[in-house]
Amino acid sequence: MLRIANGRVYDPANAVDGEVRDVCIAAGKIVSDVPAEARRIDARGLVVMPGGVDIHCHIAGPKVNLARKLQPEDHRRDVHPRTAFTRSGVGGTVPSTFTTGYRYALLGYTTAMEAAVPPIGARHTLEELHDTPVIDKGFYVLMGNNVLLYKLLEKGRREEFRNTLAWWLSVSMAYAPKLVNPGSDEAWKGHRNANIVNLDEKIESFELTPRQVIGALVEAADELGLPHPAHIHCNNLGHSGNYATTLDTMRIAAGHRAHITHIQFHSYGEPRGKSTHNPTSKAGEISEYVNTHPNISADVGQVMFGQSTSMTADAPLAYMIARLGGTKWVNADTEHESGCGIAPFTYQDRVYTHALQWAIGLELFLLAKDPWRMVFSTDHPNGGSFMSYPRLIRLLMDREFRKEEMRKVNPKALAQTALADGLDREYSLGEIAIITRAGPARLLGLAAKGHLAPGADADVTIYEEHADKERMFGAPRHVIKDGELIIEDHEFKADWEGRVLHIAPDYDPKIVDVIRPFFEDYYTIQFNNYGVDDSYLGRHEVIATAAQRAAATKARAQ
Amino acid sequence: MSDNIRIVRDATCTFCGCVCDDMHLTVDTAANKITKAENACVLGRAWFKEHAVEKRPFALIGGREASTEEAIEEAAQILVQARFPVIYGLSDTTCEAQRQAVAIGDMIGGTVDTTTSVCHGPSGIAFQSVGESTATLGEIRNRADLLVFWGGNPAESHPRLFTRYTVTAKGMYVPNGRKDRYVALVDVRRTPSAAVADLFMQVKPQRDFEVLWALRALVKGKRVDPAIEQTTGVSLAVLEDLAGRMKRCRYGVLLFGMGLTMTRGRHFNSAALLALATDLNEYTHFVAKPVRGHGNVTGADNVVSWQTGFPFGVNLSRGYPRFNPGEFTTVDLLARGEADAALIIAADPGANFPQRSIEHLRAIPVIVLDPKASHTSRHARVAITTATYGISVAGTVYRMDDVSVRLRTALPSPYPSDEDVLTRIKARLSELIGGNRIPPALAA
Amino acid sequence: MEAIALPETMTLIGGRSSRQGTSLCAGKFEAEYLEVSSTVEMNADDMARLGVKDGDEVRLRNASGEAIVRCKGRAAKDLPSGLLFLAYGPHSSRLMGGDTAGSGMPISKSIAVEVEPVAK
Repeated sequence: MLRIANGRVYDPANAVDGEVRDVCIAAGKIVSDVPAEARRIDARGLVVMPGGVDIHCHIAGPKVNLARKLQPEDHRRDVHPRTAFTRSGVGGTVPSTFTTGYRYALLGYTTAMEAAVPPIGARHTLEELHDTPVIDKGFYVLMGNNVLLYKLLEKGRREEFRNTLAWWLSVSMAYAPKLVNPGSDEAWKGHRNANIVNLDEKIESFELTPRQVIGALVEAADELGLPHPAHIHCNNLGHSGNYATTLDTMRIAAGHRAHITHIQFHSYGEPRGKSTHNPTSKAGEISEYVNTHPNISADVGQVMFGQSTSMTADAPLAYMIARLGGTKWVNADTEHESGCGIAPFTYQDRVYTHALQWAIGLELFLLAKDPWRMVFSTDHPNGGSFMSYPRLIRLLMDREFRKEEMRKVNPKALAQTALADGLDREYSLGEIAIITRAGPARLLGLAAKGHLAPGADADVTIYEEHADKERMFGAPRHVIKDGELIIEDHEFKADWEGRVLHIAPDYDPKIVDVIRPFFEDYYTIQFNNYGVDDSYLGRHEVIATAAQRAAATKARAQ
Repeated sequence: MSDNIRIVRDATCTFCGCVCDDMHLTVDTAANKITKAENACVLGRAWFKEHAVEKRPFALIGGREASTEEAIEEAAQILVQARFPVIYGLSDTTCEAQRQAVAIGDMIGGTVDTTTSVCHGPSGIAFQSVGESTATLGEIRNRADLLVFWGGNPAESHPRLFTRYTVTAKGMYVPNGRKDRYVALVDVRRTPSAAVADLFMQVKPQRDFEVLWALRALVKGKRVDPAIEQTTGVSLAVLEDLAGRMKRCRYGVLLFGMGLTMTRGRHFNSAALLALATDLNEYTHFVAKPVRGHGNVTGADNVVSWQTGFPFGVNLSRGYPRFNPGEFTTVDLLARGEADAALIIAADPGANFPQRSIEHLRAIPVIVLDPKASHTSRHARVAITTATYGISVAGTVYRMDDVSVRLRTALPSPYPSDEDVLTRIKARLSELIGGNRIPPALAA
Repeated sequence: MEAIALPETMTLIGGRSSRQGTSLCAGKFEAEYLEVSSTVEMNADDMARLGVKDGDEVRLRNASGEAIVRCKGRAAKDLPSGLLFLAYGPHSSRLMGGDTAGSGMPISKSIAVEVEPVAK
């Protein structure tokens, strides 16, 4: 039992915006009160928020491990020594697993979602997440290039399509369905490294278009009542003029929920004038669409200058990045499910396109009318490491600092954006709490996270207030996970195993008769060996679908 | 069906890196033996047949029979007193055991190394410089219309690599199997594998690098001196033809083995091959794959990488992982007489290492975990009998293409698993040290 | 006066073989594995020149060590002159040097060895 006394609480989900009040914890949950003898943390002068929730990062699984192995030079510069009860590791942009968990906790984050796993890699991902301490975690499973789903969809077998999707989400212990550059894998693997550029072009070897795939998955996710909708990495990431693809993709959702991830990378306009290749900013148009369509949510995918690692299921994109940068490159095709590409990358403030990307990300944050639906991310480590989150928070909260940083970047790029017109907005602490905690938790459908009302998970971060917001958010004084004081006075006091959060949507068991023959004909792993069994879950929690919640409510009422 | 017969379907064979998971085993429960392994190749059949549960001492300490408990205590005492211990092997055990081994390394501040360092370690080093374009085996089976085998003899070392996954396997876009493919095989001698090839390219020993580099040049449209034939034994015409076919195929694959890693050039050879595969992606879709030897050496790479950031040869003496092949790899640590204790799990360096390394291994206290007697266990201070993975022990293993596969069990065994023994050693070490050991420089 | 044959230098390739794999499972101290890992394949013409037949013993020696193994001939089209093949095992290991050139990997293939028949 714990009482966090007299802190300034920011709990926007419950309309608490800096009130001085107590937060009480018992048995791992927030409660309304605790007895006088409960342990007391003096939070006078400190800021109290729910633990951070990262809606999109790349921290565990086959792709991450390849990127980790690829860059020993990155690890040497940034070691993470063990303590008597915490494990050692290494950092850089792709830290080892223990270091990942500890460092997220040290920033006050208590939940993180691995954004892209091919289902055949789910077991591997769960093994790595098991070795990622403290935080609660889950992952999105790649469905947007799935060959069996394509075969069902092109034949119009929508019911079987939906059941197969549900089966895949359930047996891989995933949290949500992910789409990455839908339709492109077939072109990349099957047609000499080609790519999709048009949502209405035919997918190689299939009577299907990306438009149909996106529409079907968005609808099916909605029909299944998933806590988080289809999570979409749109086609044409990084290309000049791609904002049109992004608008088109959002329109396909047609009223269903859809989440557009790292939307900054998808907000570019065509070059202005014939004598330049330099793209322009369409953050305004994208922002306007998201502002006016409540069914759409997004995370920004902010670029931060310095080192990053591009690691993505968008294999053609990674190849392009590697060739541009002249760097080492990893490509990994996964049978019937996905592609993957990895390349180290450095964002530089004087380079036009990098500066433009940085500015567009900030535009998207600063133009957002509804921070609940334009939430915080750097697509770690693609746009920048999660270790840069405190700096990004400072950019959003401190316009003087932002202006200082703007003076360092390529002025031609800046001139293309609304930042040059003086976007003076500063995020308040309450708004930061929305975009880094309450908003992501709500978008994920995690009813017990991102807020501090009784019944919430007792994941709480206590910050010292500093004028320098990077300093403030870079080192919380205390971090509580499941009611345990894991970090006290900036030091680890205990190790902790977080929960795997996953969904188990219901499906018609007969669908197995449709799926098994495909495995027997084409996969190189036995159908009976494919699904992940519970022994890989450790501490875990199933998050209900809408139908499962309704059934539970009905059962309770009886 | 008799009462004494049990069938275990979809079991996994871990003899080689193919990790075939379609084994259907017939178990004679009375005799506690596997009598049939449907779908297994000749190596797999031997693996299942010969790993019956033998009656052996639970442990030996200094050659004297002992209990597992006593051996664990002795092992913990050896490791806690050592100043520069090495933990080695790990390729023939489960990921669950591998994780405990790394945890012990972090606890005592030792070096963790796996058989990768004497197998595809050089390919791992090459990976760090060049990267790798690769694919899971199912992609190869379903799409590859050109295959090049380099420096390996899969017909004898990985028979089902040819039949389940590549040469003759039928696939979604390769419906006629062998007939839809062009197969080249490159080696210094004509092995039984050459029989499957359309082109057998015989290279002079120690000249693979030159051939690979010439192919890179030809792929990029550069001129190559015809004197390449004198140097390598391969004519320019043959190389030009192969380079052309590689550029024109739809989905090409280079599969390579120890012929590249174990000879002059080592990681330069692997890097040249990986760079060639990367170069070809300017023209078509091309992937490469190192053909891994032991059943779970890929698991060892994965576990050590995710826990420490580096795949093998990892030292933890200073309180954090450091990687340096040649410095922290086991052959060297032993040959230079630096390691002062060794914990060997599921490997036999006492048979497979160079003489100088073996001599030093005999001079230091060694703890071995192995289901069978080995050269290493015969000279070890502590030898603990453990149950065989994939036969008596369940768990997780990784196939050569990083696909993780679960194991099923067929024969009950009285012996503990490697994971169990290592967990208990770790617990005892934690008692003796008081948690993880903090090096003096880091202590407050 | 009889000519004395000096030891010839040949290139030793160590490697896996099917029988090495199956006999390994049966046990490293069993007869079959011992036999497989102590049989060196040699080019038939080289064998004739050395005056040895299938089953005869030869000594393989280099700075790292030496091993006495039995010969088995191979046609030139399969095994070029000057090359030897020996399945992995204690004998092949004895001929491996300990210097890994900073890579961790000792050289186990294309090892230079002196070959001479063992006097009967």
